[in-house]
Amino acid sequence: MKERVNVTRIGVVAELGRESRVAATPTTVKQLLGLGYEVVVEKGAGESASFRDEAYAEAGALIVGADEAWGSEVVLRVNPPTEDELGRLAVGATLIGSLSPGLRPELVEALAARPITALALDAVPRISRAQSMDVLSSMANIAGYRAVIEAAHEFGRFFTGQVTAAGKVPPAKVLVAGAGVAGLAAIGAASSLGAIVRATDPRPEVADQVKSIGGTYLKVEVAEEMKSSDGYAKATSEAYNARAAEIYSEQAADVDIIITTALIPGRPAPKLLTAEDVASMKPGSVIVDMAAGQGGNVEGSVAGERIVTDNGVVILGYTDLPARLPAQASQLYGTNLVNLLKLLTPDKDGQLRIDFDDVVQRSVTVVREGEKTWPPPPVQVSAAPAAKTQPEVAESPAPKKKQGLSAAGKAGLFAAGIAALFLVNAVAPAPLPQHFTVLMLSVVVGFYVIGKVHHALHTPLMSVTNAISGIIVVGALLQVTSENIVMQVLAAVAVLLASINIFGGFAVTRRMLAMFSAGKARS
Amino acid sequence: MTDTVSGPLTADSIAGAAYIVAALLFILSLAGLSKHEKARAGVIYGITGMVIALAATIWLTLQGAWGAGAGLTGLVLLVAAVVVGGAIGLWRARVVEMTGMPELIALLHSFVGLAAVLVGWNGHLEAPSLSSELMAIHHAEVFIGVFIGAVTFTGSIVAFLKLSARMKSSPLMLPGKNGINLGALAAFIALTVWYVNDSQLWLLVVVTVLALGLGWHLVASIGGGDMPVVVSMLNSYSGWAAAAAGFLLNNELLIITGALVGSSGAYLSYIMCKAMNRSFISVIAGGFGIAAPASKGDTDQGEHREITAEATAEMLTNASSVVITPGYGMAVAQAQYPVAELAHQLREKGVNVRFGIHPVAGRLPGHMNVLLAEAKVPYDIVLEMDEINDDLGDTSVVLVIGANDTVNPAAAEDPGSPIAGMPVLKVWEAENVIVFKRSMAAGYAGVQNPLFYRDNSQMLFGDAKQRVEDILRAF
Repeated sequence: MKERVNVTRIGVVAELGRESRVAATPTTVKQLLGLGYEVVVEKGAGESASFRDEAYAEAGALIVGADEAWGSEVVLRVNPPTEDELGRLAVGATLIGSLSPGLRPELVEALAARPITALALDAVPRISRAQSMDVLSSMANIAGYRAVIEAAHEFGRFFTGQVTAAGKVPPAKVLVAGAGVAGLAAIGAASSLGAIVRATDPRPEVADQVKSIGGTYLKVEVAEEMKSSDGYAKATSEAYNARAAEIYSEQAADVDIIITTALIPGRPAPKLLTAEDVASMKPGSVIVDMAAGQGGNVEGSVAGERIVTDNGVVILGYTDLPARLPAQASQLYGTNLVNLLKLLTPDKDGQLRIDFDDVVQRSVTVVREGEKTWPPPPVQVSAAPAAKTQPEVAESPAPKKKQGLSAAGKAGLFAAGIAALFLVNAVAPAPLPQHFTVLMLSVVVGFYVIGKVHHALHTPLMSVTNAISGIIVVGALLQVTSENIVMQVLAAVAVLLASINIFGGFAVTRRMLAMFSAGKARS
Repeated sequence: MTDTVSGPLTADSIAGAAYIVAALLFILSLAGLSKHEKARAGVIYGITGMVIALAATIWLTLQGAWGAGAGLTGLVLLVAAVVVGGAIGLWRARVVEMTGMPELIALLHSFVGLAAVLVGWNGHLEAPSLSSELMAIHHAEVFIGVFIGAVTFTGSIVAFLKLSARMKSSPLMLPGKNGINLGALAAFIALTVWYVNDSQLWLLVVVTVLALGLGWHLVASIGGGDMPVVVSMLNSYSGWAAAAAGFLLNNELLIITGALVGSSGAYLSYIMCKAMNRSFISVIAGGFGIAAPASKGDTDQGEHREITAEATAEMLTNASSVVITPGYGMAVAQAQYPVAELAHQLREKGVNVRFGIHPVAGRLPGHMNVLLAEAKVPYDIVLEMDEINDDLGDTSVVLVIGANDTVNPAAAEDPGSPIAGMPVLKVWEAENVIVFKRSMAAGYAGVQNPLFYRDNSQMLFGDAKQRVEDILRAF
């Protein structure tokens, strides 16, 4: 394996502290190898996510010590590195992880102080093409699900309503604030547990999404509407906030569980629930504040802690919700990483290239070869506005059915046809008008009969009409006994051809119809 | 015809009565196809009608020519022709693959066309003794019959060649093709007038050649994707050819039957054209493939995502409802059996599986239905586009198997698209769409399909049959 000299080595390093996720799983290691890279995994890196070293080795990775893993050309990580860990990076190395560069300027400076390249997986723009590497979405999805599970764990009752011999159980009522990825995941999880789920969100366009996964959208009725241009929610206006606060107060008194997911990028989380709202909740109610890490949506929530209020309401401020599903989170995180590396390795030759003309690659690059490239130029997301305008466009001009003729033109043609028919029959000698009568009546009958034919039977219809049009054999039969030998031969050929039609057409129709069977007939 | 039996019950009157009964049975036969349950009875009606008509005609012929030398040779020829023709017909009907139905039907149309030409020629050779006025009409009938028959004949042959891939399916683009078609029609009218005044055999030869050329050119300049329209149009022509022969021979059964078949084909063509939002004339005058130059907006469609057969299997297992929208690609890959098995297994798992059929899917009206029926898919889960379109929004997974233009959202959303306004299956409204496709190439209309780049679409590349079998294995 000496020709490996040019192959880039990827090191998967262990995380620190209570982080249970890992940046690669045995499955994604295989995919990385498929891109032409060599992969080393720090000993025990996947232990807490239930991925054993043997599984990595089996997938084709080398199990190495921490120093060797950190010394790789490309280092994959979930959490940002500490100052010490940064020192272990080789000159010219590339670090890829969830670096949250927007929130941690000091980390960006520390990274830029070294001759390295740093890519923030959590900085991919929200465009369709980059969805497959959007780690914020994939983690938010897990967090939303886990938030419901945590709430269910704390909640002393069923989620689903039941009527049992021991009495009737009402279903739990869940309010989800913010219908982003996490919010939608929470709505889905809670409604599949059987709860009544309501959701709020300043963007009215999410109403359909909420409905589609089983929630009820609570609309905040104010004049202005939010139009999101970058795919994330924005801060809201005074009037809106006042009305929203009323809704939260009303709901707090009614629901059993509140899950808040409201985050605004680069700003502290908005306060949605006041201490009074919390105090108005029934004892035993549960609040999961998913924004606790960014200041919290709920007054009284503490990041990373479980709080019980005086009136017996549990407020969970866990910030490690994705890490509480370590195997799942690692798998999705690892796949996001693989998708980014696919983009960075266009030739699948194990050579990492960063192309600054590509918005995705530009956006994730925080530091390039020791040079700070953060923040990237803003990217307009096409998805949100396009999705809003497109249906409108479709409604107005799109169904431009071909007009064909104007009403007057049609009437004119019709009149002309009638006139022509009248003239022909008026001047034609004896047998012709009679033939026309028969022809016209048959055409009309034909249209009415065919119009009723079931769409699924159009092919049998064609073959049966084929067989029937073999009736031209009658004409040939009448000629076959002619005195003229040429005529006899021609007529015989015609009889032969028409016979093929008659027999073939009917036989194939019968064969087809025999195949059509109703539901239960399947043996 | 000579009267051999005296009295009120002549051979002619008996045959005439038989013809009316036969015509009625033919109408009942077509009416029977309105429902699956009655369809088989319909075919029986058709066969009975045909037997009655043939028996009456043969009897009439023999009555007329019994004893004469020509009568005997005629009888021998007749029996031989019917036996040989019948044997060929039954043999073809038995061995034909259901995916090959379009070819067979196109070929059968050509036989009717050729038979009509031959009958027309005989009409010229026979030249009955009539008054000069009736003679002129007779000549016109011969001419028209031969013309329609010949157009049907070569048109069907070309359709057959294109459908069986023995000829390139792309439209033939001769300069001034509309001029050629119109010129041929004008020449036909001029020749008819000439022939009516002076019935020369060479004129008949010229018009036959002209019509053969016109039929060839008409269909050659229509692309493979418009074949459903072409085949039903030829069906219609073959009917009119038979009707024209009826005028020529003073035979009302031929007129009735020809009109039935003619209007049937015309109606089907109309349905097909409506389904493509295209005027009949524009399809006939040369396919719409040409109207689709590399359209704008091809540049940045974004990226498509791929999915594996295993992941698809998992998604299907977890789905509550699945809609399968097959297209011509399913016929090409012969994937109807694995697809049916897939539907069957999913139904066993309690998944609500249905099929959504676009009116122009395949190369023949109703082609997909026949293929699915062959594979024993119950017909009550095979729905038409209009029946299923509103349900697609509530569907968990849509499998698009070998269809492209019929599921193109551009038709509904992009007014600048060449296929704008064409009714399509709104598969993109479903939660997930999985597209089975061999490559990212554009569909028949040459239009890029934005569906492939939608967030809820994933591509499963490869041969449809193998991929479906992979999914079955993954279950």
